[in-house]
Amino acid sequence: MSFSKERLLELYKSMVTIRTFEETAAELFANGEIPGFVHLYSGEEATAVGVISQLEPQDYIASTHRGHGHLVARGGDVALMFAELFGRQTGYCKGKGGSMHIADMSLGFLGANGIVGAGLPLAAGAAFACKYQNNNGVAVCFFGDGASNRATFHEALNIASIWKLPVIFVCENNMYGISMSQERHQNITDVADRASAYGIPGISVDGNELFAVYEAAEEAIRRARQGEGPTLMECKTYRYRGHFEGDATVYRCEEELQSWKLKDPINRVKKRMIEMGVFSEEENQAIWAEVKTIVQKGVDFAKNSPLPDEAELVEDVYCD
Amino acid sequence: MPEMTYSEAINAALREEMQRDPKVYILGEDVGIFGGCFGVTKGLFEEFGPGRVIDTPISETAIIGTSVGAAAAGLRPVPEIMFMDFMAVCLDEVFNQAAKMRYMFGGRAKIPMTVRTVCGAGFGAAAQHSQSLEAWFTHIPGLKVVMPSTPADAKGLLISAIRDNNPVMFIEHKVLYGTSGPVPEGEYTIPLGKADIKREGKDVTIVATSMMVHKALAAAETLAAEGIEVEIVDPRTILPLDKDTILQSVAKTGKLVIVEEAVKFGGFGGEIAAIVTEEAFDLLDAPIKRIGAPFVPVPFSPVLENAYIPSAGSIVNTVKSLG
Ligand SMILES: Cc1ncc(C[n+]2csc(CCOP(=O)(O)OP(=O)(O)O)c2C)c(N)n1
Ligand SMILES: [Mg+2]
Repeated sequence: MSFSKERLLELYKSMVTIRTFEETAAELFANGEIPGFVHLYSGEEATAVGVISQLEPQDYIASTHRGHGHLVARGGDVALMFAELFGRQTGYCKGKGGSMHIADMSLGFLGANGIVGAGLPLAAGAAFACKYQNNNGVAVCFFGDGASNRATFHEALNIASIWKLPVIFVCENNMYGISMSQERHQNITDVADRASAYGIPGISVDGNELFAVYEAAEEAIRRARQGEGPTLMECKTYRYRGHFEGDATVYRCEEELQSWKLKDPINRVKKRMIEMGVFSEEENQAIWAEVKTIVQKGVDFAKNSPLPDEAELVEDVYCD
Repeated sequence: MPEMTYSEAINAALREEMQRDPKVYILGEDVGIFGGCFGVTKGLFEEFGPGRVIDTPISETAIIGTSVGAAAAGLRPVPEIMFMDFMAVCLDEVFNQAAKMRYMFGGRAKIPMTVRTVCGAGFGAAAQHSQSLEAWFTHIPGLKVVMPSTPADAKGLLISAIRDNNPVMFIEHKVLYGTSGPVPEGEYTIPLGKADIKREGKDVTIVATSMMVHKALAAAETLAAEGIEVEIVDPRTILPLDKDTILQSVAKTGKLVIVEEAVKFGGFGGEIAAIVTEEAFDLLDAPIKRIGAPFVPVPFSPVLENAYIPSAGSIVNTVKSLG
């Protein structure tokens, strides 16, 4: 893999945007400004960016309850995202979805999803549509280690394997489903092992290493586009924050969290780029500052946006 | 008009829509080479090939889940769930995904999917292959629910369902598959949300769905011989419901009997009764009566199954009890 300087900066900035978005959302939530459930993605940025940065406009993404990072990586508009988190009329879903249902059909983003594991068959279906229409599109489905125990996982992988669908199943194994550690919820350490049950490739990578994710995704996407069928890709990672905002994380210890922070996905890319002479620490600071301004603008947009009109309650249920 | 069976009419609708629109495809368990468990999709595999008439593994969740994803991505899937009872296996995909995506996404998605499935007792198929579960679906905003009672309705309504941009539950009745009736020649559609008066009368309104329309028609013959003229309203689509036609009929007769094959408690008939009570209490000359199945699973033995299914006799007695 060789990347141009521009490309590296683009990937890096995408990760920084996700982190900044999430940490800002955490603050706003703590201040009581965001209603409902918020599941944050901090610590898992390399997965979203490593995969999504390689997609084409005609491709699809099915996301999860922890979905902000996926949409940011797809080029989603952070202002519309914040407006949705705030329940505003200007939000991605006019305030009807919130964090758990953000979608952008124009980006092929089939939505975050409040139902764990629901995205797998949806993504397989979008991949089916690509194949049916012969448009060279692929679909990517993100899901957690917890979701890999759901029936949808089995049915979607099986059907995708027999239909040779252009779909990449990306398991974000952050080692927990809420409080349930992986060793308590499944008798395997690599979710990727399950691929063999469907006769498809399964690969497990360091999900905190952008380039490892990138390389694995590159091959999975190539396979999908060339009609070779689905891949199960597992990215081992860790969420820094609680399962949702407000979670006291009694099920894990501080040392574990700190040990993962030493493997921070953004720091690792930064170090490498400084070593490679792609940018200086100063330029790094400038990127964070620039992103912060964009994110802050998004928050301001959201805060200054109108709330939905009550009359909108009954709109958008049916299509004409 | 040529005669066709209910099953042939559905088959014709599928064929015509697949010929008209390349985005329409069907999928389900044994719908291809085998022609469907009830033979409804016979010949389609031969005509359209394995790319558009797709045999699936026994994976109801994936059948509906992939259909929702494909519909969101621009296709018009027509999945079949072999028995309505099996919908329990894929309800998330219907309730939480298909039905809600449009609303959750602020009106920025459409899911043009028609789920064909089969309800009804009368086959000795017992508790897990005979239920009428339509009320589950009418409780979910975002869905449409269709229950045709005749071949002509089945064809016209299925074409409308496939062309509709919303997820539609198209509920066929297994006992009706072999029944025949006139079906108009050429292309025609029946709008979703429009009831049909299956028999006119001035004395009592009977609202009946699916197989119960035929039970009501049989009861009407008996009652006519005794001088009671019933009017039979077949909603055809129970979501959206054509309230106006029901209320107009009640305005004429002043009496209402609702007949459904589903378990009466919690059934859709209760909704119709509530609507008429709330909106037209003054029109009523007698209490509304509901006829439905008892609060038990569908039994196997023909004797018990017969006792379970609402009968023409019980409709006759109920109508007469109104005086
Ligand atoms: C079908 C379903 N069951 C349970 C839940 C409640 N729930 C929300 S997130 C979650 C844990 C998911 O774990 P995982 O798939 O590993 O994703 P992560 O949260 O770790 O990103 C659970 C149990 C749900 N939303 N949907
Ligand atoms: Mg997890």
